[in-house]
Amino acid sequence: MSIIEFKNVSKHFGALKVLDEVDLNIDQGEVVVLIGPSGSGKSTLLRCINGLEMITGGDLLVDDISVLAGYAKLREIRQEAGMVFQQFNLFPQLTALDNVAFGPKHVRGQSTHEARAQALALLDKVGLKDRADHFPNELSGGQQQRVAIARALAVKPKVMLFDEPTSALDPELKQEVLNVMRNLAEEGMTMVVVTHEMSFAKHVGSRLIFMENGKIAVDGHPHEILAGDSNPRLKDFLRHVH
Amino acid sequence: MNTDWSVIATFMPQLLNGAKMTLFITLVGLSGGMVVGAIAGLMRTYGNWLLNYTAMIYIEVIRGTPIVVQVMFLYFALPVLASIRIDPLTAAMIAIIVNAGAYIAEIVRGSLQSISRGLAEAGLALGLPRWKVLVHIVGPLAFRRLIPPLGNQFIISLKDTSLFIVIGVSELTRTGQEIMAANFRAVEIWSAIAVMYLIMTGSLTLMLRYIERRMKIL
Ligand SMILES: Nc1ncnc2c1ncn2[C@@H]1O[C@H](COP(=O)(O)OP(=O)(O)OP(=O)(O)O)[C@@H](O)[C@H]1O
Ligand SMILES: [Mg+2]
Repeated sequence: MSIIEFKNVSKHFGALKVLDEVDLNIDQGEVVVLIGPSGSGKSTLLRCINGLEMITGGDLLVDDISVLAGYAKLREIRQEAGMVFQQFNLFPQLTALDNVAFGPKHVRGQSTHEARAQALALLDKVGLKDRADHFPNELSGGQQQRVAIARALAVKPKVMLFDEPTSALDPELKQEVLNVMRNLAEEGMTMVVVTHEMSFAKHVGSRLIFMENGKIAVDGHPHEILAGDSNPRLKDFLRHVH
Repeated sequence: MNTDWSVIATFMPQLLNGAKMTLFITLVGLSGGMVVGAIAGLMRTYGNWLLNYTAMIYIEVIRGTPIVVQVMFLYFALPVLASIRIDPLTAAMIAIIVNAGAYIAEIVRGSLQSISRGLAEAGLALGLPRWKVLVHIVGPLAFRRLIPPLGNQFIISLKDTSLFIVIGVSELTRTGQEIMAANFRAVEIWSAIAVMYLIMTGSLTLMLRYIERRMKIL
């Protein structure tokens, strides 16, 4: 069953057409890796899923709820679709633990005690139990991003959206974040990941999408796409990424 | 030149009453000014075009005219225009509220806009309603950045109360002038008044330093 359905979705910024009549179904359990040149609309596609950007044409359903169904419904969608940002965006005034407890407390209405107990378990899962009381500026980039993943997971989403989660990290810190993501994929989490990490696409991804000018240019299994030579511009793109 | 510093002691009770009046106008004016400023600042930052423009016109009119003109307008022009007659003290308090409100609005807007968009988006992406993002994320972070410029405005407003001499409010400066008119002890009295203003603004500065030190800017 499709958990995300793009039906002829367009997105304009003023006169600029950033998504061009995109049709896309993502099923539960898929790990979709999105690649494409800068400005091709990858971030925009991701941000339309949780309504951080509003679509300007077509319809987009997340777990059968339309992003156009009004603000209350949109908030439901956002609880179903967690997001991890390139710049982490942890709340600087809160400790790692309180960052993770934040969602359950303010969205799900859990008590502080309950939310913190769950948060600690999630920090343990991303390997940061011993950093629970640290503030974001006391953590490395890789640690911050792992806290950010735990924060998104705390609201118990059905889908996780990642927008270049390792792009802001030094090479030696990327792997710890990718490992957490790999574990998540192995647990069966549905994921949409914008990344240039082609080894992640190859080994963790179940589907690879190449975007170009707001359109899906190539869509298929990572192994087949990376082995074959279907699209010359994709080949060109991959040469630059490596 | 012979000075007689003992006149300060003689007139101290009067001077203290003046200082009390100055503090009272400042306190009421700034409390109101913070409410008005917060509302106008939120309108500027998050309002639709109508709220945004309304706040903008208010801010520009106030920032573009001297506070003396504003209080003269309240005290002398309003009775003619709308038959609203107010006493000098009320006019003084309203003038500070309206004047400080405009400046504080810009301070509030600047602080809110200085908080990275990504943090608000992180809150929204968790499913929070917009008001909770403001109350729990953007607001507390903006508040820390608010304090230094707000402190500046407090000191400016406190000193601005001396301009209400023009409508005869018996605040500190006016009190000094009245004493002067009777005994001509200019050096002693104006020195004492300057020191009293310094004590008031100095205490404000110290208080703000203390709050700032306790609250890290993040
Ligand atoms: N808020 C916005 N207002 C106006 N234009 C925007 C906005 N957001 C994105 N765009 C434009 O939309 C296009 C697609 O942007 P998007 O961020 O989706 O690309 P991307 O594929 O994620 O690129 P990158 O790899 O650089 O992150 C770009 O031309 C960008 O300038
Ligand atoms: Mg992007």
